[in-house]
Amino acid sequence: MTAPERQSAGRRKLPLILNAVSVLLGIAIWWVLATAGFKLPTPLEVVSRAGTLIGNGTLGEDAVASLTRVLIGFALGTAAAIPVGFLMGWYSVLRGLIEPWIQFFRTIPPLAIIPLAVVVMGIDETPKIFVIFLAAFLACVISTFQGVVNVDRTLINAARVLGAKDVTIFARVVVPASTPFILVGMRVGLGSAWATLVAAELIAAQQGLGYRMQNAQLYYDLPTIFVGLISIGILGLLMDRVLLLAERKLTGWQERR
Amino acid sequence: MTTKTAKISVQGVTKIFALGRETFTALDNVSLDIADHEFVTVVGPSGCGKSTLMNILAGLETPTAGRALVDGSPVLGPGPERGVIFQQYALFPWLTVRQNVEFGLRTSGVPKGERRRRAEHFIEQVGLERFADALPKTLSGGMRQRCAIARAYAVDPSILLMDEPFGALDALTRVKLQEQLLHTWSQNKRTVLFITHDVDEAVFLATRVIVMAARPGRIYDVIEVDPAIERNEEFRLSSEFAALRKRVWHSVYHQEGRTAFQSASHSSTA
Ligand SMILES: Nc1ncnc2c1ncn2[C@@H]1O[C@H](COP(=O)(O)OP(=O)(O)O)[C@@H](O)[C@H]1O
Ligand SMILES: [Mg+2]
Repeated sequence: MTAPERQSAGRRKLPLILNAVSVLLGIAIWWVLATAGFKLPTPLEVVSRAGTLIGNGTLGEDAVASLTRVLIGFALGTAAAIPVGFLMGWYSVLRGLIEPWIQFFRTIPPLAIIPLAVVVMGIDETPKIFVIFLAAFLACVISTFQGVVNVDRTLINAARVLGAKDVTIFARVVVPASTPFILVGMRVGLGSAWATLVAAELIAAQQGLGYRMQNAQLYYDLPTIFVGLISIGILGLLMDRVLLLAERKLTGWQERR
Repeated sequence: MTTKTAKISVQGVTKIFALGRETFTALDNVSLDIADHEFVTVVGPSGCGKSTLMNILAGLETPTAGRALVDGSPVLGPGPERGVIFQQYALFPWLTVRQNVEFGLRTSGVPKGERRRRAEHFIEQVGLERFADALPKTLSGGMRQRCAIARAYAVDPSILLMDEPFGALDALTRVKLQEQLLHTWSQNKRTVLFITHDVDEAVFLATRVIVMAARPGRIYDVIEVDPAIERNEEFRLSSEFAALRKRVWHSVYHQEGRTAFQSASHSSTA
């Protein structure tokens, strides 16, 4: 049984190679465009600016400021979304009461809340975290609710005939069965929180990756803008991978992955 | 109490489902007594209300009219004296075989050591000891159903309600599991209500075969099988088995004419 194994190992390696080739090709094209006179910094300039910003501690401080905001907002949003999603899935009365609000706020981009949040909450951390909270909450609450609604009736019946009452069914069947949905919701929520963060920092902040780019814009400082963009991309990707890893660990029991 | 020997007593049970504005009579005035230690199989066309009948006895559905009694008391919900085995196995996919088998023991507060010991015993009985710590996704259909059987046995029910438990398995696995089931039953004679759509299975396992008809769901025929017969390969290949099989087959597959007539007379009296 070594032939199919080798084959599958090869199949797993091939996309990785393709990914690397594609990234290198992208950087090469960027370089060509930059030297051909497009208004772009060269990769070298960006790397050296990144070196400076890391060296004087600016990039680190900005990244920490941004990550702190997003993680607090995301943690609060998820912590609120999971119980609310469960309650909506479990009690149809609560679902009827809560759902219109969630559907309504879902149609408003969280960024559109920023003006209101700034007026009501001032320009310190609160409005930024609130907007991130809202973005994470809305993404996660829907999928948690979907997860609860989709729990296989047969599993609930199996638990009931084994003597489980509502509390046990909830804790030992509904929660684990909806974990895959919750984790997907968390990933969507984190992406949404991250996207919102940068925009929130563009408006009113003294620190953070979004703020740094906004500031650089005033001085036509393209390399700094690029460093900001790439940092945002890399941090977002890393956080998503961490959640993906958690998802694999927690939902490995699922069939066909 | 009408019959003091009945372990299970179904008395005039009717179940009507509402489908939008329409109603659907899944069970129409079904009555049935099952004595302690009986092995009753129920066979009939799809949609004749077999699962509905079982769900009512399991306490997962309530009858629209009539009542179901177990040990003389009305069924008000699921109970530990009734073990249920579903066609779709219904194992908790996030729990290992052992944790699945321990599930019912945990809900009834059996202490950890005792729980473990009992689970081990029943896992061994169904031959899954090598897979005790495996997740259901790694098991074959037959192994999953054996795990479900161990899980039901673990709480030591006096009644087993089985809804087409071997329906999704291949013929070989099915025969094997039938024999295992009879073997455990002969050692510890629980009362069994076994639903199937397979005539052979119904005849081979039962001490009594109930044939149901659809639209509306009702009992159509009852065929007794001598409980003294040993259920082995010899019986499966015997002319006696063939005769019983023929009898049940006719009841299941040639009820059309009388079905129409009976449902007509039903609706005129209703
Ligand atoms: N919850 C339900 N709501 C509406 N109709 C149902 C419901 N459960 C079963 N039925 C209907 O009742 C009939 C009998 O179903 P069932 O007991 O599952 O039959 P069987 O197990 O014999 O195939 C079927 O026609 C089915 O569509
Ligand atoms: Mg059925």
